[in-house]
Amino acid sequence: MQIEIRVQVEDFSLQAEAERLRAVALDTGALVTFTGLVRDFSEGKTVEGLFLEHYPGMTERSLQTIADEAATRWPLHAITIIHRTGRLDAGQQIVFVGVTSAHRQAAFAACDFLMDYLKTRAPFWKKSYSPEGEHWVDAKDSDLDAATRWE
Amino acid sequence: MIKVQFFASLRETLGTAAVEIEADGVADVNDVLDRLVATWGSHWEQVLRHEKVLMAVNQQVADRRAAVADGDEVAFFPPVTGG
Repeated sequence: MQIEIRVQVEDFSLQAEAERLRAVALDTGALVTFTGLVRDFSEGKTVEGLFLEHYPGMTERSLQTIADEAATRWPLHAITIIHRTGRLDAGQQIVFVGVTSAHRQAAFAACDFLMDYLKTRAPFWKKSYSPEGEHWVDAKDSDLDAATRWE
Repeated sequence: MIKVQFFASLRETLGTAAVEIEADGVADVNDVLDRLVATWGSHWEQVLRHEKVLMAVNQQVADRRAAVADGDEVAFFPPVTGG
């Protein structure tokens, strides 16, 4: 079982990350990836970009804890979680979660679980920039509801 | 000394990312809050005792009753919005 956690300013290559995950084990039959992008709208308003803040140290530890939890729930071969920080413009990649397993059910479920827990447990905060100004994004109840599915 | 950090909207509202407080007389997060309010005023009380504010001790999510000792790192932050 391989777990890779990265919190970084730099962009990432979906293709390169998928290939690294694929290379971990030859009995891997499924590779599921999720890539989150910065949308150009939110709550009916135009979004020019986001600023992502994190808690250095705690953020990495909490992502590791979430990945460890996924590894106990499903028979996985590898997990990669990448989250970008700093200023990101609309259309850019913000988060990557990739999971491999022998079969697709475990890989799909684990990827879904990882994103739900990442959104509600990992210390990241988004500030949104629009033509009207800037504001810190409020946490959504729908994200909390999604995460409770796994309890 | 105890290092206290603030993130995101709390950091901006309080105007600082981190402060240090003396560990004498501090046993839990509630004592940390009392010390911060006594030092920086009631504005900090309104911001930090807000029901939605989350807290961590040594980078683990905690509550106001969590123990705090000399050398610990305490943090206050709003609900998370990553992903």
